[in-house]
Amino acid sequence: MALVSPSVRSTTQERVREGLTRRDRNVAGLILQVLLLLAVLVTLLILFTLIVRLFAPAAPVFRERGFGFLTGTIGSDPDKVGIWPGLYGSFFIGLGIIVIAIPLGVAAAIYLEEYATDTRLNRFVVVNIRNLAGVPAVIYGVLGLTIFVGWLDPITQGKTVIAAALTLAVLVLPIIIITSSEAIRAVPQGLRDAGYGVGASRWEVTRDHVLPYAAPGILTGTVLSLARALGEAAPLILIGAITGLLPSTSLDGSFTALPMTIYSWSSKADVPGSVLGFENVAAAAGVVLLLLVLFFNVIAVALRTKYEKQRTGS
Amino acid sequence: MTELEMSTVTEQTTPMRQETMVTDTTETTSTAHHVFDVADLNVYYGDFRAVQDASLTIRQHEITAFIGPSGCGKTTMLRCFNRMNDFIETARVEGSITYHGVDLYDPAVNATEVRRRIGMVFQKPNPFPKSIYDNVAYGPRLLGVKKKAELDEVVERSLKGAALWDEVKGRLKASGLGLSGGQQQRLCIARAIAVDPEVILMDEPCSALDPIATARIEDLMQEIKSKFTIIIVTHNMQQAARVSDRTAFFTTEVNPDSDRRTGRLVEFDRTKKMFSNPNDQRTEQYVTGRFG
Repeated sequence: MALVSPSVRSTTQERVREGLTRRDRNVAGLILQVLLLLAVLVTLLILFTLIVRLFAPAAPVFRERGFGFLTGTIGSDPDKVGIWPGLYGSFFIGLGIIVIAIPLGVAAAIYLEEYATDTRLNRFVVVNIRNLAGVPAVIYGVLGLTIFVGWLDPITQGKTVIAAALTLAVLVLPIIIITSSEAIRAVPQGLRDAGYGVGASRWEVTRDHVLPYAAPGILTGTVLSLARALGEAAPLILIGAITGLLPSTSLDGSFTALPMTIYSWSSKADVPGSVLGFENVAAAAGVVLLLLVLFFNVIAVALRTKYEKQRTGS
Repeated sequence: MTELEMSTVTEQTTPMRQETMVTDTTETTSTAHHVFDVADLNVYYGDFRAVQDASLTIRQHEITAFIGPSGCGKTTMLRCFNRMNDFIETARVEGSITYHGVDLYDPAVNATEVRRRIGMVFQKPNPFPKSIYDNVAYGPRLLGVKKKAELDEVVERSLKGAALWDEVKGRLKASGLGLSGGQQQRLCIARAIAVDPEVILMDEPCSALDPIATARIEDLMQEIKSKFTIIIVTHNMQQAARVSDRTAFFTTEVNPDSDRRTGRLVEFDRTKKMFSNPNDQRTEQYVTGRFG
């Protein structure tokens, strides 16, 4: 007759209920959660401030000038200036990145990941590429001035947009190689095996399976590097981008780019009697640069979504 | 072997296949044609010897099973038959594997061509992230088949050959990744047979599948045996006993040079004999479940 008496059962139930419903005061956990939230809020605040700081002074420029701001040239009267030479320069720099740095970088990544054997020389090359990605942009300006403006003068015609595009292409090349390499390395071996298993050659496997699978990662890396190059001003200062007057734009003459325009306007004193200040036009040029980069990002996201859909089969 | 001799041997293989097929369907005995002859094969990964002194013969239109405990080198050995080990940089092969008398590791041999004739099905189903149709059509397209009618025909024939046609004929444009695990593995078999190989290597093809899907693959192997020569690596002894004509038992032995274990081929014989009256005590212990 070892039955559990009703009173024992009810005390057990009480104890279990007490144990299960107890709430621990996890102070450390709570503090961490608050800190993490704070980090997010600070970031949001910075972004918000940036947008307000940029868009508020820029608004009158677009209201007063409209398209004239895009088609006008740089000068000393903030009521008349425009960003056309900057847009022109930035466009060709972007084009240079797309036609030079991206194919070269992706090709180098394909070689390093799919073809190169694991020798000491190749490891040395990879380590150096990683180091190159950490070299400050201004150093690339020195390189550009020496090589593309100096030695390659017959091709670039000196301080031109071609020299600038080449310099910035070299600047982002290591980043493209690294991000593309990582994307290629993330391709499952099973996919390569499958290709080889039906008698595809190394190139066929790379072209038909590895590259399509790695495409989203490669795209992300290249677009980020494109955005980086479009926003870079330091190397352009060394190469000799124009900040004063630039009446005509051409591939083989003087040039400037959007970040250079923003840089020079930001430090200019306002002209008395003018409606707009240089502070306003600098902010407006910043907005245009921001939209330009955003535009590239949207294209990249669209392409990435398309490739990712294919990769997961949905 | 000179290049001239090589090319004549390669050209002969196709007609020879037709000829032997007629006799072999009636009699799968030791007189069957040798597809592979392996002699004193050693495979190294760097300094580590993964397979030591293996010799065996693979006969045409037979299913040969490689069994043994993990790390015994059976998968390593399998991947030597279509030179998939080429992609592992440290891998090195010594000894000889001949395919219809041609040394597969002769420098003049084109590994891509080897892999077209000797197809492979992997442990984890690995369809391309493409449509069912494009998965199967990929190999034929590489070989230059462009006409849609021809491709349609190959795709249908291969999917029927892999016992998948009835399940997918209405959705050939759907992604291969949307299929179940067992269907994906049969799609991989269809993809392999689409390029009309002579040999199919299967590396634990059912290890990721449930018993019903496994039974379907095993039935399929029996069906396609008359057209292909199959080598299967399996962890499942019952599977080897059920499907194979011959079985090779591998085990691991402590390497005297290092602490690492090297794979050794213990015994190779007809499956019936291996599972009823093996010569080696270790084989008996393994197949009766007392070891490994």
